[in-house]
Amino acid sequence: MTQLDKPSVDNGVDVEALRGARQALTDAPAAAKFQWRASCEWIRGTHSRTTMTDFFGLGQNHAHRLAHSIDADHPEIFASEDNGATPPEIVLAALASCLTAGVATVASHRGVQLHSVVATVEADMDLQGILGIDGDVRNGFDGIKVTYQIDADASRADIEAIVAQSQKRSAVFDIVTNPTTVRVELA
Amino acid sequence: MYVPVVIVGAGQAGLAMSHHLIAAGIDHIILERGEVANSWRTERWDSLRLLTPNWMTRLPGDGFDSDDPDGYMTGAQVVAFLDRYRQRFCAPVRTRSTVRSMRRSGRGFTVATDDQQWQCDSVVVAAGASSEPRVPAPAADLPDRIRQITALDYRRPSQLDDGGDVLVVGASASGLQIADELQRSGRTVTLAVGEHIRLPRTYRGRDIYWWMDVIGQLDERYDEVDDIDRARRHASVQLVGSDDRSTLDLNSVASLGVGLVGRLARINGTTAQFSGALANLVANADLKQNRLLDRIDEFAEKHDLAAVIDAPDRPARTRLGAIATELDLARFSSVIWATGYRPTFGWLDDAAFDQRRRVIHDGGVGRLPGMFFLGLPFMRRRRSNLIGGVGRDAADLMGPLRAHLEVLARGHPG
Repeated sequence: MTQLDKPSVDNGVDVEALRGARQALTDAPAAAKFQWRASCEWIRGTHSRTTMTDFFGLGQNHAHRLAHSIDADHPEIFASEDNGATPPEIVLAALASCLTAGVATVASHRGVQLHSVVATVEADMDLQGILGIDGDVRNGFDGIKVTYQIDADASRADIEAIVAQSQKRSAVFDIVTNPTTVRVELA
Repeated sequence: MYVPVVIVGAGQAGLAMSHHLIAAGIDHIILERGEVANSWRTERWDSLRLLTPNWMTRLPGDGFDSDDPDGYMTGAQVVAFLDRYRQRFCAPVRTRSTVRSMRRSGRGFTVATDDQQWQCDSVVVAAGASSEPRVPAPAADLPDRIRQITALDYRRPSQLDDGGDVLVVGASASGLQIADELQRSGRTVTLAVGEHIRLPRTYRGRDIYWWMDVIGQLDERYDEVDDIDRARRHASVQLVGSDDRSTLDLNSVASLGVGLVGRLARINGTTAQFSGALANLVANADLKQNRLLDRIDEFAEKHDLAAVIDAPDRPARTRLGAIATELDLARFSSVIWATGYRPTFGWLDDAAFDQRRRVIHDGGVGRLPGMFFLGLPFMRRRRSNLIGGVGRDAADLMGPLRAHLEVLARGHPG
């Protein structure tokens, strides 16, 4: 089935623009090199604010339409002020929003109209790790479970395929499921 | 020495091309690094059988009858088959003639072996799609005490005689077959599973290749599929050829006790780290398998086959237990890389490649005038990489090859 055969759908995704970008970056691989940046400033206690103002791609710097910031903190049960989500929760937000953007994009590519998409994320963690109580317990999550509830004009198998493809093409899914070298230095 | 056409490689592809050239009266030679069917003689494990049934394993004009059409040839039987085929047509094979370089020169090409030079108008590169193993970067970080071998060097379980655990990396036909055989031999095997394509050996009582043939899937053309680059990169299907026509998949090896982990991501000191994305790869493989089986069911219904075939027997979903993302390497003594193969084209003229050093071809017609390829995955159709698929591709190449020779014969400028 070619794209022309598909019913027109509106999920708010500009499929033609994305196809054009894919072709452009295939022809000019250097333009596909991006750098994402964030600046995190300590405020007080465990409260910090991370701001994202610009990034590099297509051979030059770009400014976000406006600077985005995310506050992070720890909850009150750890004697913190709960001025923001915990950093692990922000990771879950990043994962779920990345996958959800993928669901919308893939659905649009496949001509599937979405009506509602809700992802619920649960991630178990044993705090004996970060508190240094048990060296055998890792700091991070034991595992992450994402559950999608999707109302769309498609069969269950087609929706499963859209969810599977969104994982295959997701940056954050890859970041979370595969090791990444991290270097932390003093400037 | 001058000869109009040089074929590189005397496997199924080179011999099929030779058959067509002989029929057309075009003089040529086949340069072969070893013996006829060399990789089948020297680079296959003992228990390997073809993935396709014998009735499909045919070459143009072979005239052979199989007494076991539904069986699967062993490596030795493939060697005998290709030897007989070569003799039947007196294909002009020069064995033990490894091509060292192939360069454009004059109106054609100069092809050099260790002790000879050939000038020709046209070349057909039929040197195999799987002559070199692909080994991923983490191989370099494994401790020295761990023995590493590739699927091309693996022969039999006794080769790994130290009793330690074995990590098999890659879960296409090679990796799954090797993991299955090692686990059955009493070894403890862990299988690292990346992207894979799952198929049942039989469906509704017929071989899966019978179905793919009749529904037309194997004849899908390279210029008709959505993304041919991706289709050409696909791993081989999870299948095994055996007397009982049993299905080999992640469920079957897991039930023997093979431990499953995700794609090998990194060696970090004394631990191996694996991707946590296995559940999605498995879900994807199950979905793709079901799409093919849906297509088969639709075909069966449309053509009223229900009376002559069995009821639908869908394979169970792939079951995954708890999947580790990190393993201590201490218990492993061997790693087997079954992470794919690639052709060896180091001797080809640089102008034949793109920037990523992949040969450029349009359905086997190379970028350099007079250069042709044969036997590459999905070269012209989905069946291109099968022994029973290369003959049609060879026939298709005869048109452009003759046209090229005729242009030269007319003394066309350039």
